Amino acid sequence: MRHSTFGRGLALSLVALVLVAGCAQSSGSTAKPAESEGAGATAEASAGAGGGAEAATCQGSGDKGTVQLMINQWVGAEANVAVAACLLKQMGYDVKTNTLAEEVAWQGFSTGEVDVILENWGHPDLEQKYITDEKLAVDAGPMGVTGIIGWYVPGWMVEKYPDITDWNNLNKYADLFKTSESGDKGQFLGADPTFVQYDEALIANLGLDYKVVFSGSEAASITAFQQAEKNQTPLIGYFYDPQWLQNEIKLVQVKLPAWTEGCDADLKKVACDYPPYVLNKIVRAAWMDQGGDAVDFIKKFSWANSDQNEVADYITNGNMTAEEAAKKWIDAHPDTWKAWMPQG
Amino acid sequence: MTVAGGPVVPAAATSDGAATGGAAGASAAVTAAAVASAAGSPAIAVRDLWKIFGPAENKIIGTPDAELSASDVRLKTGSTVAVRAATFDVQPGEVFVVMGLSGSGKSTLVRCLTRLIEPTQGQVLLDGEDILKADAKRLRELRRRRFAMVFQHFGLLPHRRVIDNVAFGLEIRGEGKAERHRRAIEMLDLVGLDSHAWDYPDQLSGGMQQRVGLARALAVDPEVMLFDEPFSALDPLIRRDMQNEVLRLHHEVGKTMVFITHDLAEALKLGDHVAIMRAGSIVQIGRPEEIVGSPADDYVRDFVQDVPRSHVLTLRWVMREPRDDDPVDGPELPPDTVIRAAVHVASATESPIRVVEDGRLVGVVDRVQILAAIAGTEPDA
Amino acid sequence: MTTVRARLSVPSSAATSRRALIVGGAVVAAVLFIVFRGQWTLPHDDDYGLFRTLNGIRDAVESNRSVLEPIRAGVAGLVGIFDQVLASLGWPGVIGAAAAIGLIFGGWRVALLAAVGFGILGSLGLWESSMAVLSMMLAAVLIALGIGLPLGIAAGRSQRLASALSPVLDFMQIMPTLAYLTPITLLFLIGVAPSVIATLIFAVPAAIRITALGIRGVPATIIEAARSLGATERQVLVKVLLPLSRRPVGLAINQTIMLALSMVVITSLIGAPGLGRNLQNALSKVDVGASFDAGLAIVILAIILDRLTYAAGEWADPRERAARSGPRWVTIGVALALVGIGLAIPLVADATTFPDTFAASFREPVNVAVEWFTDTFHAVTIGLKDVVTNLVLNPLESVLVTAPWWLVVAALTTVAWYVSGGRAAIIVSFCFAFIIGLGLWEHSMVTLANVVIGTLITLGIGLIVGILSARHDRFRAFLRPILDAAQTLPAFVYLIPALALFNPTRFTAIVAAVIYALPPVIRLVDVGIRGVSGTVIEAATASGATGRQVLWKVQLPMSRHALLLAANQGIVMVLSMVVIGALVGAGALGYDVITGFAQGKDFGKGLAAGIAIVLLGILLDRITQAAGARRQAGMETAG
Repeated sequence: MRHSTFGRGLALSLVALVLVAGCAQSSGSTAKPAESEGAGATAEASAGAGGGAEAATCQGSGDKGTVQLMINQWVGAEANVAVAACLLKQMGYDVKTNTLAEEVAWQGFSTGEVDVILENWGHPDLEQKYITDEKLAVDAGPMGVTGIIGWYVPGWMVEKYPDITDWNNLNKYADLFKTSESGDKGQFLGADPTFVQYDEALIANLGLDYKVVFSGSEAASITAFQQAEKNQTPLIGYFYDPQWLQNEIKLVQVKLPAWTEGCDADLKKVACDYPPYVLNKIVRAAWMDQGGDAVDFIKKFSWANSDQNEVADYITNGNMTAEEAAKKWIDAHPDTWKAWMPQG
Repeated sequence: MTVAGGPVVPAAATSDGAATGGAAGASAAVTAAAVASAAGSPAIAVRDLWKIFGPAENKIIGTPDAELSASDVRLKTGSTVAVRAATFDVQPGEVFVVMGLSGSGKSTLVRCLTRLIEPTQGQVLLDGEDILKADAKRLRELRRRRFAMVFQHFGLLPHRRVIDNVAFGLEIRGEGKAERHRRAIEMLDLVGLDSHAWDYPDQLSGGMQQRVGLARALAVDPEVMLFDEPFSALDPLIRRDMQNEVLRLHHEVGKTMVFITHDLAEALKLGDHVAIMRAGSIVQIGRPEEIVGSPADDYVRDFVQDVPRSHVLTLRWVMREPRDDDPVDGPELPPDTVIRAAVHVASATESPIRVVEDGRLVGVVDRVQILAAIAGTEPDA
Repeated sequence: MTTVRARLSVPSSAATSRRALIVGGAVVAAVLFIVFRGQWTLPHDDDYGLFRTLNGIRDAVESNRSVLEPIRAGVAGLVGIFDQVLASLGWPGVIGAAAAIGLIFGGWRVALLAAVGFGILGSLGLWESSMAVLSMMLAAVLIALGIGLPLGIAAGRSQRLASALSPVLDFMQIMPTLAYLTPITLLFLIGVAPSVIATLIFAVPAAIRITALGIRGVPATIIEAARSLGATERQVLVKVLLPLSRRPVGLAINQTIMLALSMVVITSLIGAPGLGRNLQNALSKVDVGASFDAGLAIVILAIILDRLTYAAGEWADPRERAARSGPRWVTIGVALALVGIGLAIPLVADATTFPDTFAASFREPVNVAVEWFTDTFHAVTIGLKDVVTNLVLNPLESVLVTAPWWLVVAALTTVAWYVSGGRAAIIVSFCFAFIIGLGLWEHSMVTLANVVIGTLITLGIGLIVGILSARHDRFRAFLRPILDAAQTLPAFVYLIPALALFNPTRFTAIVAAVIYALPPVIRLVDVGIRGVSGTVIEAATASGATGRQVLWKVQLPMSRHALLLAANQGIVMVLSMVVIGALVGAGALGYDVITGFAQGKDFGKGLAAGIAIVLLGILLDRITQAAGARRQAGMETAG
């Protein structure tokens, strides 16, 4: 039945495509990618170990044990992990990474599959459960970045409607944000369901004439903001910083009633902005107890929003792999990371 | 040979006694002892065998419902009486044909003999042993050594070569490969397929495939061979070849055979005895010429009316009592000579044919009788 | 069959009165809707009691999870074995072995395909990810077959078992994968083991169904012949049933592998390594090109495995093997040499990572192409989205949500009764009762509206393309590889372009669902129309019918069963995209499932939403099952 062409037609055309792409990619190289089995492999020179090398290598002996770093599903987290992984490898550790949803990642502390979460966005329920109750994890201190969650509009709107950045004026512009999804109200683009959010309550309690339409994923939110800026279409929604998109396009935060301690205690009555998140590191308790100088390294690991955004931007818009981006940052900012390394 | 159940069957007055179509009431089967004494020691004896399909399988026999017609039973209970109180004997070495239209229960009946379909009630005696009482192991043993069956749609294994299909029964009972293949080649030789041993079944024609089925059945050297409409899926010419093949094999290997068919000509050609089934009941059992010469009821009469009588009936059926004025110079023939075979003898002489059995004159046949038989009319007595 | 009976037996006068009845019913329903609009609605409540109860159950399970630790460890160990085998082979060894397997089973073409395919995986820079997917998939398939084949054989031999299994399998197949990822992480935590378990749950129903179908397809005469020769049940199984159902069992293995492959990608959400993670990373960067590379790798893996298993299935047939030309020892010798070369390369060179000399990537060109496409057509597509949403989707959704719940239940139950008979009506009303009990009425109605529109669009396009494909062989040949790729390519790859074209909206989700559901619908329409007997078409042509008349008066009416089956399959496929659709703005039940997966406090709601999707699936299936087409087409083992 379908098998007759499933292989041949599709596959052969794919082969041709790959050949073309391959040649384009490695211009000058005459090797054909498809003939890989016969060709000799390039033997990679064994790299010199040690953290004191001039240019970052992200390689080392790997004999000091394995560190399992968890990567959140956003690029900033990938940047954290890339830099930490590179330095840990140079210290002689083997590094395993695992990309997971936040909620799921915490379960890794019970299974032993996650040693370190480098960027935790305050999950009081999980902290209660894993740190306080079950004592499986430990807070390893702030990681330097402050997380900001809020309501954002694309830059072009601020130029055209300067007073839109005050929530008091939002009802005036509600008509602007009407879409097929929101009916006769303005559309507020809600976030990826994995993120902390209470926009529906906020809108109700602030008396705004908006309806939350959930984007459903971070990718959907990013695409929406990209398109809104590019096509100059109105959009207001949940966004945050650090995020690489902040480096790519201009997003402006809308001022909500300021956050005060406890104003978000009852999420049904909340009528204030999101709190600033001092992002911290969470470490598996058992790993902490036996970890060696890697534990010290993780404890000391701390960098600024700008550092993270820089690496994230290399990855997203600079066409680099995470490791390449990390190397570039490490080479440029020795003062920052040398403070994390074990003494002597 | 006895019929039980179904409509009342008139006795075939002129039968030769060895195969009396006994009359019996619907449920008043003739006792086994009576049948046995009349028929010697049969290879298979079937007694009051029932098969009912459906929810009421065990709630009909012995109740007044059992007297109802098949369609009434179905209406009333939702169950189908496939075989009703079948009783008959199969003599060693004979070909016993069960004939009926589709749906008459003949295929169910033959499957009940080896319990491929579990009978509802009754007895099937193989050399006196009741097969219905055999446990699973014993039943397997019987199927492996004493019965073999040939199927309408051949039932060959498409993924095995012909030789391994023929050897399948031997393989099932655990014989070694060399012995299996030796025996299989022998059987293929017997059915004339020795050059096709290493082919796959689907490379053979329908007739050849059925020869493989035949060889497979023969390979286990059974006492009884069961044929379930083996040739009805074949072309007419090939069917005739295969019928002759069965006759030849029967002649050579002398097995007891139970043969199911819906083709009357086939039944009359092959059968030593023929049982006619209708709606689950056996309505008549007899030699082919008895069936044709003295149909038990209108149903059978309707069936046989197009059969050329002279091809089936023997002189015994048309001879008259010798009279004193009969010429004594006529040719002598035995009473079981088929009429058709007597035609040229009769045409060569003016005198009536003298029917002689064991050196004794039992009757006389005039041209009148022969012509009447050919014409299909009853001669004036 | 129900409609056939109903329609055929109604004489024309009764038909008019029946039509009057339908019109009358519609009028009554409309009046009731207008009168009671906005009353007796069941608005959504995130704090519904049941959700909290389910959360409580979750916590209870969590504290007793250690019971399941051996299963977890066992599965992880199995994957570890495959991991090690693949790692110790290195890339040259794997390519050599794949080529050798291809050569033995299918000849040099298959060998070449396998070698080149794996080579592409390496040159895309996805070797390690591909191997991770491969070893998890192998483990899942092994276990799935270990469970599925025996169960399938048993179900093939016992009607009672088949009937008992059927609803369970239905449930497993309709339940959205994301909805059972949560309970699985609850039981088995995260990582490789739960991913494999989720994958095998997804793949095992097909293994059971196809195997049972195969066993059931063995001709009764052959089984009877074996019994008549005194074969034991075991002998019947080993010597007759298994060899004769080799082809369907081969298909079962093939399908299990394909399904496992598509699921392994999704399990990256619960910590599985491999190509799924590449996809996810690409998605978080909105990098269509990178996701295309990963998606392509999955398609290639699917092609290789499909060809290899198909070839192995052919090879397993002794007749096929006998017909092969060339002496066997040459093939085996060459195969051994291939493996040998593969194993020898690591001795002279480093074979742990694929050399980047052969690096190739579609990332840049794809990104450029997608950007051009979205920029060019953005205005048009947004307009299309607005038209469909405002004219069709919003009105339908508003009717379903604002109508009194009893009116919706009564109306759809009546439709079910009219189309598919009393039994279907009872099942439909039960499904509604459960949905109400789950506290998800409003979200279910929104999702229902989406699914209905999605299915209609799918059927509209599917019918047109399917007819074209049935009538033009060349078009069909052109279409086939596209459909194959569309079926294998993970939806994640085309979500971003869809987002750029339509923004995060319900319509975007509908588009994604349509892309996913179209291939099988087109195929079924094509097969159905082509299946119309040549004699009938000949007769119509002989009486002077034009091509169009043949189509409308002969082919379409006669392939009605296949078309109904296509509709039915379309619904099920669209429904299975509800959760994925929520990633691009569909909201409602799909969003509830994702939230339940992501946020501990919403676990109960997510699970309930998953069940509600299953209920919607059963409900729509029963309403449209009218002609019993599914059964006749043999898609189900239990009748």
